Order: sequence, then structure tokens, then C-alpha cells
Amino acid sequence: MFTGLLDTLQRLGRAWLDFFNRLGRGNLFLLHVLAGLPGLLLRVRLLVQQIYSVGVLSLLIILVSGLFVGMVLGLQGYRTLVDYGAEESLGVMVALSLVRELGPVVTALLFAGRAGSALTAEIGLMKATEQLSGMEMMAVDPVKRVIAPRFLAGFISMPLLAAIFSAVGVYGGSLVGVNLLGVDEGAFWSQMQSAVELEKDIYNGVVKSIVFGFVVTWIAVFEGYDTVPTSEGVSRATTRTVVHSALAVLGLDFVLTALMFGEV
Amino acid sequence: MIETQEQDDAAILVRVRGLRFARGRRWIFDGVDLDIPRGRITAIMGPSGTGKTTLLRLIGGQLKPHAGSIRVDGREVPKLGHTALYELRKRMGMLFQSGALLTDMSVYDNVAFPLREHTALDERLIRDLVLMKLQAVGLRGARELLPNELSGGMARRVALARAIALDPMMIMYDEPFTGQDPISMGALVQLIRLLNDALGLTSVIVSHDVQETASIADYIYVVSDGKVVEHGPPEALNRSESPWVNQFMHGLPDGPVPFHYPGREYLDDLLDEAG
Amino acid sequence: MDRTRVLEIWVGLFVALGLAALFMLAMQVSNLSTLGQGNGTYTLEARFDNIGGLKVRAPVSVAGVRVGRVTGIEYDISTFEAVVELAVDEDYAEFPRDTSAQIFTAGLLGEQYVALEPGGAMEVLEPGDEIRLTQSALVLEQIIGQFLYSQASGDKEK
Repeated sequence: MFTGLLDTLQRLGRAWLDFFNRLGRGNLFLLHVLAGLPGLLLRVRLLVQQIYSVGVLSLLIILVSGLFVGMVLGLQGYRTLVDYGAEESLGVMVALSLVRELGPVVTALLFAGRAGSALTAEIGLMKATEQLSGMEMMAVDPVKRVIAPRFLAGFISMPLLAAIFSAVGVYGGSLVGVNLLGVDEGAFWSQMQSAVELEKDIYNGVVKSIVFGFVVTWIAVFEGYDTVPTSEGVSRATTRTVVHSALAVLGLDFVLTALMFGEV
Repeated sequence: MIETQEQDDAAILVRVRGLRFARGRRWIFDGVDLDIPRGRITAIMGPSGTGKTTLLRLIGGQLKPHAGSIRVDGREVPKLGHTALYELRKRMGMLFQSGALLTDMSVYDNVAFPLREHTALDERLIRDLVLMKLQAVGLRGARELLPNELSGGMARRVALARAIALDPMMIMYDEPFTGQDPISMGALVQLIRLLNDALGLTSVIVSHDVQETASIADYIYVVSDGKVVEHGPPEALNRSESPWVNQFMHGLPDGPVPFHYPGREYLDDLLDEAG
Repeated sequence: MDRTRVLEIWVGLFVALGLAALFMLAMQVSNLSTLGQGNGTYTLEARFDNIGGLKVRAPVSVAGVRVGRVTGIEYDISTFEAVVELAVDEDYAEFPRDTSAQIFTAGLLGEQYVALEPGGAMEVLEPGDEIRLTQSALVLEQIIGQFLYSQASGDKEK
């Protein structure tokens, strides 16, 4: 009985220590990666290649999801607003939901699933097949050569993807609202334009997507680099990337939203 | 025999003294001394799990020992900073067991990789150098292939070409013969000897393949249980009087190294029911 | 070489698409295009007995054209009035001194906004000036109350 309690306590303590240990290593790793970024300016080609695999390859899923999310918003919003005779505000509703919330958050979640998991798996496999170790022995710092370009590419791609998602979503909303359900086109756009503010809504949405891009890419490359170099380790790390990214994005979204829109 | 440091460094490339290294609570090395002379092929042998690969990583500075000194070319490896260590590594090649080729690049780009990373040579010169290195390992014709299209032996030869791309002073081979068919094994054995003599390299081979290693090594260290058990030229070791070394060199199934992993008495274990 | 070229073209396309999306969000979705190209604004003040449901950021319009927005709402404890701060685009800077301000509701349940109605004076309102003539928001309960009251008194007179 008593020893059982002690065991539980010990497990709790160990988990806690492990958590801080990982956090510390993650932070040190981040510093190392950041130190590698200036060198990238001389090697743009490495960056271009990674933007391709992180950004361009995520484009399709972002375009399709953005369109559908916008269309669903149009449908659902219309059904709710029409009861109050306020269907002209559909544009406002669609645009604000997308720009403030859904654009950055859904993009970050999709990004974690599409690009983040791929980053973790790729880096993890490079570790498991001794490619990272081999680079070290060739006097090439793998953090600078392999991790830094991937990190920067994710950091750059994510806000662009979120903007594309929101823009396509607004278009999808207008497609359903204006072309299908017959909301007045002028009202749809003009109400949207008078309600959505550049500094507050768009700017804050972009800030959100930059923060999410930073965090998701950081988690993805760290999990890859920290993988236990076996096939099981790689698969666990990939799962962890997706789960941790999702949790981090949603948690941070609350914090950021509270900071940005809380005190109105 | 008291030599001065300079004389020592002139003849000995790698000097390990009193090396202690632990993984968890187990001492993998517990006071290892060894010398690797320049221009020779030195083999480090021992049963699986004695940390031979770990020794190479210690020499390469990827791991830090808990005690003892590792001098490579007159420099104390564990004490080197990041930059100095990377400078030193440019002059060391290492051949990993898996080859460790970069999977997203062709054979050609793999061999060119260290040249492109460390030199400012223009592409034409790099092409000449790469073709020379590939010619040396007999794979000039395979330069367009990707690593996943290569057999294990070919991958190791490509890795070898890459390891010599920067004309290093030494090459460390991690289990170069494991899992090779007899033909590629023969090719590798010949290649290691040839490169060592032609390029004036210092070679360190870590292996448990007794026959092949003994056939090309100039000097052999046998490591077991964290210590150097015996060392000498291959012929001397073959005639060793130590029963352990005898068992190892001739591959006898039972001897001082028991067939059974240490445990309780067999009968006790069988009769014992409750955990 | 060919492969890197294709790669670079794709990346260029991607970045261009992302920037175009950002541009579209800024121009087409947000109020950037309706507010003039980042021109300065100047501030006017108006005092109301009751502002109803007026909010910060509500539009300010003249003759139905949007010219600015509400940037601040405060309560003056000495006069028991609401002080509303209006930021008006500098393009529309010439308001006569006797301009009046009213709070209207867009539609039956829509948002409330401030409507300015220019008067005929020759003098012009300077930045920071106060609009004297104001009419408070119509509060639904008050209107209903007044209506019922007048109905009742009308009945008596008959």
C-alpha cells in the first residue's frame, strides 16, 4: 500500500524530470539551430529545396481544405444568420472566422500532419541510418546542414500557407453564399470590408500563423533529431510530432487569442 | 622507455591512455591503453558488445570519455572545442557499418559532398576528383545510381571513396566485413590494404571477423571486458598462449568465454516456480 | 540542373501565391481599401446623453458615405454625458462648425453608427473640436414607452 504510493510518486517525479530534461534539450537544440541560420544566407539552394518539400508539397491539401472549410462556413453561417435576417453579414462571419482563427489553426494542424510528420520521419531515418553521424565525422555539422534549412523553410512556409488557406476559404464562402444561396454580392464584400480590420484582424492572424509555424517546425525537427534510432523510435517520434504540435497549437491559440482580442 | 612527446607524435598517430568510458552503470572501457602507429593498419578486435564502435566514436570526438587521454596527431581530442574538432575531423575519414550514404543524393553527389562542403573548388575540378576517387574503388560507372540501388558491398565502397575524398591522414573502418559475400569481402580487403599503402594512410579497423582482419592488419589489439587483453602482430596472436585469445582467434564455441550467459543454475531455474 | 530549375520555379510560384493571398486579404477582405491609403485622420469629439449600443470601431458616415470610425467612448462624470471620439479621414476634413451628429442603427437589429450632418456655417471644425449639436441614440424601450404613453394620453383626450 505504502510502497505503491511511493512508486506512483516516484513515477510522477521521473515523468516531471523527464519533461524538463526534454524541454531543456529542446531549447539548447533550438539555439544551435538558430545559430545555423545566418550561414544559410550563403546557401539559398538548400533553403529552396526545403521550401519545396515543406511548402509546395503542402499546397494541395491547404487549397482543398481551405476551399471546403470556407464553403462549410458559408452554408452553416447562412442558416444561422438568415433566421435573424442578417444574411448580408455572412461575409463578415466567414472572413473573421477564417482570418482570426481557422486560417492559422487549421493550417497549423494540417501542416503538422503533412509537413511536420514528414520532417520528423526524414530526420529520424537519417539518424537511424547513421547519416547524421556520418556527416559529423565528415566535419559537417548536421544541425546546420540538415536541420537549419528545414526549420527556416517551415517557418517561412507556414504563414504563406495560412494566408492561402484564408484567401481560398473566403472565396469558398462567397461561392456558396453569393452564387449558391443568393446573398447580395455587394453586401457580402462591403460588409466584410467594413468589419475586418487590417491591423487588428489580418495582422493578428498573420502573427498567429508565424508563431504556429515556429512551434510546429521546432517540434518536428527536434523530435526527428531526438529520435531513438530504430524503426520503432522513428514511428513513435512521428506520432509525437503530430500530437504535441496539435496540443501546442491549440493551447497557444487560446493564449494568443486572449492576448490579442481579450480586452475589448 | 621515456620518449619525448614530439618523437612520440611523429610515430604514433593515435595514443590512448587510461581510457574509461561508461554507458549507464556499465564500464565499457575501464583503463584502455593503445597506440596506433602512422602508416599502418591497426585492428581492434573483440567479441560483439565490447564497444569497439564506441572506441571509434571516442577517437572521432563524437563521445567524451569519463577519464583518460585520447591524443590524435598531438591533439587531445576530448578537450578540443567545436571548431578545432571539426578541423581535425576533416583529416579523419570514417567508414560506417551501414555506409551512411546520404540517401537523397546520387553516388557522384555523395562523393562530392565533403568537397563541396569544405572546399571552394569549381565544379570541373570536383568532377575530376570525384571520378578519381570512384575509379580507386572501381565504381566510376555507378556514379549516377542512388544509394538504394547499390548492394551493401558497393555502398561501403562508395562510402570509402567519400571517406578519402578530402585525402585524410587516417581512416577508421567500423566492421567493414560484416555481412559481405566472399567476393565483395575480398574486394574490400584488397582495397583497404591498397589505399593504405598507396595513399600513405593510417588505418584503424574495428572488426570481429578474425580471418580477414588478421590477413591485412599489421598489428592487432584484442579488447574484452573493457580492457586490452592482448596485443601484437597477427602471427603472434595466432600462437597466443592465453586460452581466451586462443578461443577468440580460432572461433571455438566454448572455452573461457562460456556458451551460456551468466545466470542461476539451470536446475534451480527449472524447479523454481513462483516468480 | 533541370530538376533544380523545376524546383525553383515551384517555390517561386508558391511564394508568389502566398504573397498574393496576403495581398488579397489586405485589399479585398479588410478595411484597407475603404479607409483610404493609410491617410492620416483627425479627431472630433461629440457629447451624447445616451449612446445606446454604440461601440468603439463603429463607422462614422456622412450622407451614407463612410468617412471614419469611433475610436473612443468615455463617460464624463461632471456633465453625466458620454464623450465619443471620432477619427475622420483627412480627405473629408472640411466640416462646417454647425455640423450635427446622430447615432443611428443600420437596419432593425444592425450595428449602430454615427451619422454626421453638415450645417451651413462658413467656419470649419478644427481637429479636436467638439460637435455641439448631437442627438442621442434611440433606445427601443424608450420609444415603446413613449408610444404607449402617447397612446394612453390620446385615448383620454378623446
